[in-house]
Amino acid sequence: MIALKHVNKDFGDKAALKDISFSIEDGETIAIIGGSGSGKSTLLRLLVGLIRPTSGEIWIDGQDIAALDEAELDRVRLSMGMVFQYSALFDSMTVGDNVAFGLREHTKKSEAEIAEIVTEKLWQVGLKGVENLMPNELSGGMKKRVGLARAIAFGPRTIFYDEPSSGLDPLTTEKIDELIIEMQKKLGVTSIVVTHDMASACRIADRIAMIYEGELIAYAPVKEFRELKDPRVQAFFHTLRMERNSGRNEEEGKQ
Amino acid sequence: MVRLLEGIGAFVLEKLTGLGTIVLLYAQTMREVGRRPRFRSILAQMAHLGVDSLSIVSLTLLFTGVVMTLQTADVLIRFGAQGTVGGVIAIAIGRELGPVLVGVVCAGRVGSAITAEIATMKVTEQIDALRVMAVSPVNYLIVPRMLACMIVVPLLTVFGDIVGVFGGWVIAVFYSGITSYSFLDSIHRFVELFDFTGGVFKGIFFGNVIAVLGCYYGLHCPDGAEGVGRATTKTVVASIVMIFVLNAILTFFLY
Repeated sequence: MIALKHVNKDFGDKAALKDISFSIEDGETIAIIGGSGSGKSTLLRLLVGLIRPTSGEIWIDGQDIAALDEAELDRVRLSMGMVFQYSALFDSMTVGDNVAFGLREHTKKSEAEIAEIVTEKLWQVGLKGVENLMPNELSGGMKKRVGLARAIAFGPRTIFYDEPSSGLDPLTTEKIDELIIEMQKKLGVTSIVVTHDMASACRIADRIAMIYEGELIAYAPVKEFRELKDPRVQAFFHTLRMERNSGRNEEEGKQ
Repeated sequence: MVRLLEGIGAFVLEKLTGLGTIVLLYAQTMREVGRRPRFRSILAQMAHLGVDSLSIVSLTLLFTGVVMTLQTADVLIRFGAQGTVGGVIAIAIGRELGPVLVGVVCAGRVGSAITAEIATMKVTEQIDALRVMAVSPVNYLIVPRMLACMIVVPLLTVFGDIVGVFGGWVIAVFYSGITSYSFLDSIHRFVELFDFTGGVFKGIFFGNVIAVLGCYYGLHCPDGAEGVGRATTKTVVASIVMIFVLNAILTFFLY
């Protein structure tokens, strides 16, 4: 279980997150939505320990990671996987080496065993025969898949996704969303997805948290979230409806 | 007036903070040295940073030896001291010119390469990916570069010393009319082993400076391509300044 208790994060004089408290059950998929600069990526970085909160507690698997030193934090991180916004693949390594990285660092598995796991994980994300390609030879969607394969290679209990649909076309976005759902079902992992894409959030999440100017203004199951009367939440749904309508108009225009 | 003092205070504070961070990074790197040695990575860095610098080091020191002899041989011959040319050249190159010029060349060639690589990794979130995968960026990236520089810069200094003295010998023998025996005999008579080993010892310090500054500016580079460029320039400038300052201090204590 993951729980945040009164988490604040300041950058200089600016408060990026204000008194955030919520919890995530094991095996749940949570979407954290919000506009640009709302603080949702900061929240994700806090959850994986890349930055420390100014105050408050972040409990992951019974440990307050805000109080841990880097070595202790590393032990908690072994149960995490993260898919970065721009994939963050190691560009000097092949796809296979990227996926194998965590296994080589933290296990004593033989190269043959690692190669087998790499092939299996790549297959799970829908990729085959790409082990020897370099990251710059991949498309945006493929990079995201490799990033996901790298994140699941070590068997994490929680996967964090930072803007998984950013920079992708709608079709690829849908495929990545399907993959996130599939990973949750197959691996039973807890998934935390930061996105500004409301359609994507509604598709993949059990619950949605909305961050607005550093504050958590809503946290509810998708169905209830849709019914919320808060104008800031409705504004997000309004943009979703606008996008859908413009998509429909474009299709009608083509016909 | 108050504003001016505030400005000076802020500037001094910023520089001291930077210096403190560099010292802490260096201490952290030294702590990590024995934790998990990555021999393959150290060798790769030595090849990448060292072997690639051989040609530019050779060129720089060869012409330094040539010019030094052109300038000194004529004057020494006029005073009837042609029997000291080899010694003068060898001492100047071994004690000062060899280590300092190799240091400066490496600051430009090696330091900038380290910063550019680490800064690009930072900007593209690869450093964050390492941390999320419970791999210390200091252990994985900085320690191998630091050790490689500590080994490679002194080795390049030895190589540069030989090439520099060879450049001087060529001019002394084929241009200034000094016999080869006289040149080599004066080296034998005037030069002590410490004239060379002291210079090589300086190289170890310069290697440390180049690596730690290269890594520091890489890790603290501002986002974007412009940030990478600026960080690279800062590394080269700061390393060269530090090499000159350190050289003066080391010369004071060594000779």
